[in-house]
Amino acid sequence: MNAQPEPVLAVRNLRAYIGTPRGAVRAVDDVSLHVGRAQALGVVGESGSGKSVMARAIMGLLPPRSACSGEVLFKGRDLLTLPRKERQEIWGKQIAMVFQDPGRSLNPVVRIERQLTEGMRKHLGIGKSEAHGRAVDLLREVGVPDPERRLRNYPHELSGGMRQRVMIATALACEPDLLIADEPTTALDVTVQRQILDLLRRVQRDRGMAMMLISHDLAVVAGRTDRVAVMYAGRLAETGTTRAIFAAPRHRYTHALLDATPSLDHQRHAPMRVIPGSLPDPTSPPPGCRFAPRCAHTTDACVDPGPRMTSADGVAAGMDHLIACVNPVAAPAAADGAAPASVGAGASPNTGLAKGGDLVGR
Amino acid sequence: MVLTVLQRLGRSVLVVLLVALGSVLLLSLAPGSAASVILGENATPEMIDELNKELGLDRPIWSQYLHWLADAVTGDFGTSPITHQPVTDAIIERLPVTIELAVLALAFSLFVAVILAIISASLAGTWVDRAITGLSSVFLSVPAFVAGPVLVYYGAVQLGWFPVTGWNRISEGLGPNLQSAILPVLAISLTEIASFHRLLRTDLVATLREDFVGAARAKGMGRGYVMLRHALRPSSFSLITLVGINLGRLIGGTVIVEALFTLPGLGQLVVSSINSRDVITVQGVVVFVAIVYVVVNMLVDLSYGWLDPRTRKVARA
Repeated sequence: MNAQPEPVLAVRNLRAYIGTPRGAVRAVDDVSLHVGRAQALGVVGESGSGKSVMARAIMGLLPPRSACSGEVLFKGRDLLTLPRKERQEIWGKQIAMVFQDPGRSLNPVVRIERQLTEGMRKHLGIGKSEAHGRAVDLLREVGVPDPERRLRNYPHELSGGMRQRVMIATALACEPDLLIADEPTTALDVTVQRQILDLLRRVQRDRGMAMMLISHDLAVVAGRTDRVAVMYAGRLAETGTTRAIFAAPRHRYTHALLDATPSLDHQRHAPMRVIPGSLPDPTSPPPGCRFAPRCAHTTDACVDPGPRMTSADGVAAGMDHLIACVNPVAAPAAADGAAPASVGAGASPNTGLAKGGDLVGR
Repeated sequence: MVLTVLQRLGRSVLVVLLVALGSVLLLSLAPGSAASVILGENATPEMIDELNKELGLDRPIWSQYLHWLADAVTGDFGTSPITHQPVTDAIIERLPVTIELAVLALAFSLFVAVILAIISASLAGTWVDRAITGLSSVFLSVPAFVAGPVLVYYGAVQLGWFPVTGWNRISEGLGPNLQSAILPVLAISLTEIASFHRLLRTDLVATLREDFVGAARAKGMGRGYVMLRHALRPSSFSLITLVGINLGRLIGGTVIVEALFTLPGLGQLVVSSINSRDVITVQGVVVFVAIVYVVVNMLVDLSYGWLDPRTRKVARA
């Protein structure tokens, strides 16, 4: 798929359908993406776009009544078909995950020490005292003061930010090659969100580790990732380098999303731009492009045959910037015309419903 | 902290007093008197009046109650006018049987129920889970007086492994003692297992959906480890509560089972005293059971602290 050396993680045609009384929710529907070595990939989308389900599929944490197909290749091995025993050797050791709400992802009745060390004692086969020493070092690395005492604490005795630092330390315990952070700051106070995000980026760089940073917030991903994948309603909309996508989004959805993000140079009293409508019914998504019902640039071709993943800059320019859009935003300056561009005036219309609430930057 | 404990104690004492009063009132409403039972059918009203006076039963109820109360505080629950045995002695004599039954039945039920609950929770929704849960519904609705005779028929009559009725005290050796305990324990356990299983299964299924279970799995921990180390303890609050309630109930006498197997436990004592209008003994046993209830429930409350560190009020952190 790309010119880089073998990626740490390659997700291919992943489908994850979750059984509900109302029918199968197509949470992830044919998504392909990859994370290179020591690379940070941001996965962005509204709540319900399927980004968390994708993370859970990678970690084998889908609810019981769900079906999964496609491939999740970790260093060439498909996690979906590998025997459970072998997968348990990968999870926690080579792929680790930080969850959304550290208040819920730490066991309330187990001391920090055991939660932090159980993984390394299993995967690295080290004893209690060695694990203790490593735990102290890890807590220090992630900025937890007085680690000796913290290890004896229960989760409720720590603040939210401290808990998430503990979760990060736990994830780092076995020196994984890939860290998946699923909305790691959504449940935290605004004041500590930035600290946690910067911490994640720092350890990712220091350790030369790959990271998948999942967020509904473009601003979270902006300065902290190398590449971005934008998801919408279970599908991948656009993927490319963070720089390219923020500079010139090509997919209509990405464009609308960026447009809806308030910024400092936003004109005072000007109405906030929002994306009208809401996500389609996940049990029976619309045919073709799933964003079509909300898009201001929909044509017949958006519904039938619908978009396919294509290079945003023409095949010759490489396959790193991909979009699934029939009528993409024109490329800046040197527009190539590989795609039929029916580009009109400024992107998103002006109607009401506050989609912007989801997208608040900082 | 001290205040809460005192408040709790005060409330507990009140509960015990009310229970005692209630038992006196209930029995006084029932027709007949101890004197008429003692003297038999041919007694004249004069004889009955005289005996009542002798026993102090001619006094008004509140006076009887207060007199009894004054003695009870010192541990003297009075003496039965029928058997002439001090009530405290009667209780102490019967207690080992009842306690053994209750503890064995609860321990066995918990053991089986926890294993079954773990199996059905980790296989929730599969046919195994449905089979276990279906069976437990069946057993939940089988009363002991049905399960008892069936067990006796197969275990004692057909196989001849266990005595049909009767009780061997521990002093007669542990083997015979357990042999006589097994069928009654089983008869009690069937319902207990079923209710424990259902409760723990539901809580386990809910806990297994928690993020921290996902987080433990994401660390690559095995399923058994996650179940035992992460899921079981936070799932057992309601189970512990139910165990406490049931322990109190079982000590109060598994009346039916004791009657069925003619076991000399507290249940039997209550039944025979009620039949002979032995108010003093009934009162003593009822109050004793109330005390056990209150104490067990306090222990249950204390166990929450052990189960869930969040409820500990220690200013150590």
